[in-house]
Amino acid sequence: MKKTFPKWALYLGLIVLYVLHNDLWLWNDPTLVLGLPVGLMYHFGFSIVTAVVMLLLVTYAWPKHLEVEDEGGREQ
Amino acid sequence: MTMTVIFVYLALVLAVGTLSHKLFRGTGEDYFVASRSFGPFLLLMSLFGANMTAFAILGASGEAYHEGIGVFALMASSSGLIIPTVFYFIGTRVWSLGKRHGYLTQIQYIRQRWDSDGVGLLLFFVISALMIPYILVGLMGSGITLNQITNGQLPVWLGGLIVCAVTLAYVTYGGMRSTVWVNTFQVLIFMTFGLAAFIVIFRKLGGVENGMMMVAEKHPELLIRGDKIKPLQLLSYTCIPLSVGMFPHMFLHWLTAKRASTFRYTLVFYPLCIAAVWLPSVLLGVISSSIDFPDGKMPAANVALVKMISVHAPGILAGFLAAGVLSAIMNSVDSQVLAISTMFTQDIVRHYGLHEKISEKQQVWFGRLFVVVIIAATYLLSLFVNRSIFNISVWAFTGFAAMFPIVVAAVFWKRSTKYGAYASILSVVVLWLYFFLTLFPKKEETIGDAGLMPVVIILAVSAAAMVIGSLLTQPPAPATLEKFFATDGHVASDKMSTERKKVRV
Repeated sequence: MKKTFPKWALYLGLIVLYVLHNDLWLWNDPTLVLGLPVGLMYHFGFSIVTAVVMLLLVTYAWPKHLEVEDEGGREQ
Repeated sequence: MTMTVIFVYLALVLAVGTLSHKLFRGTGEDYFVASRSFGPFLLLMSLFGANMTAFAILGASGEAYHEGIGVFALMASSSGLIIPTVFYFIGTRVWSLGKRHGYLTQIQYIRQRWDSDGVGLLLFFVISALMIPYILVGLMGSGITLNQITNGQLPVWLGGLIVCAVTLAYVTYGGMRSTVWVNTFQVLIFMTFGLAAFIVIFRKLGGVENGMMMVAEKHPELLIRGDKIKPLQLLSYTCIPLSVGMFPHMFLHWLTAKRASTFRYTLVFYPLCIAAVWLPSVLLGVISSSIDFPDGKMPAANVALVKMISVHAPGILAGFLAAGVLSAIMNSVDSQVLAISTMFTQDIVRHYGLHEKISEKQQVWFGRLFVVVIIAATYLLSLFVNRSIFNISVWAFTGFAAMFPIVVAAVFWKRSTKYGAYASILSVVVLWLYFFLTLFPKKEETIGDAGLMPVVIILAVSAAAMVIGSLLTQPPAPATLEKFFATDGHVASDKMSTERKKVRV
């Protein structure tokens, strides 16, 4: 397994994301950013950052021990 | 013309379902989990499609019509984080156990994990009961969509009936293989046409920013969370997506993966797919409050999106866009129907010895009959229920999410016992009924004014019941732990006798 990102750091990243999901500081802010309300744009950006963290997770902390030898058959 | 497009679309769905049946390998494992042969793309499409319901399309826009942009944070971005995390920690492990031991349903796994028929049977009844409101929103959404998009030409009852019939036809004929291929077709349809609806409507309004400026003039409160959504409510809602850990249809779809690594792409793309579907739905719901149906004059929140489509994109385009909405609805109903059918056939008919008295063909017909009874009861219910799709869905999700400690304990906690599982399930049943009967008639979904959702309390009690019930009783037998927690790569493989038997369908 590649060691660039330790597993604990990526798990910590998930917890940090969970905390950042509660954007209290934008609660009453009606500013438009790129045409969208900032409260909506923040959570759209949050979704993209989540995808990046997931990419790191599957790259550096994939549970390879769960793999089960395949008995053949064509993948679809 | 609109109606023609919709019927052509339904015919195409039937054709995809029927053609994919040609790949059927003639075994029970193939009928229920497609021989565990799907690669990354089909797994993503099926998991995403099965989880995108009327809730995500009609419910989201309807809720945004009243509550504003905060709806995206409540369900979309939180689901984008929680659901892939559940796939990573639970889904991959369940897949691995399912492949080793030949499981076809989550009841089989839970029953063997705690050596208890009773826990399995109780869970079967609770899950089947919770599936009813979940399927209900799909049938309500179908009827409403077809009725509104045809300007009332198709009555609501007929629209729901047509979608029921088409879905039942391809699911019962082709099983998981047909369901997944149709799901893939439908996800591509609803994402393409959803984007088209968004572009067409906002171009007419002079762009997204212009549309938002109109909302800012008439309903500025919809562009912020303000008092409509409370901080504690946002925090509470993050518990709702945990429901994917206990959905029987998600469990079934996990088992279709060819390898554990097949899950990788799903984890990465899932948050993006959710955002791509929910963003247009929420924006269209918000803007409809200020442009077409201002001041809460929408006949019912559930129709916000369909009304926008019929006003701004009439004719053939409306037909295409309605097909997109129907796709999103049907590709979850089909998975739910298949999951119920599989559970009934495997966990009741086969497990309780009826398979020795009746043929394989009769077993499959029993499964189909059970599904028809469930669907018929739900369909009849849909004709009388007149509540927000979003609200009904959240109640169904609450029940599934509250049972999340059961799958966590099964996968990770060696010391957990069947008595802990009993205590956990029963606590969910009692508390869910209490909160539902107390809050649902009053159209409330939070406890008090602080925004606390019932799911938080039920989940906490359910977890505590699992821990206390387990610690107060005898630990599981070493043989059971060896079977489920061996890590030396020599886990006993006791593939169930059901796995490779021929099923003539």
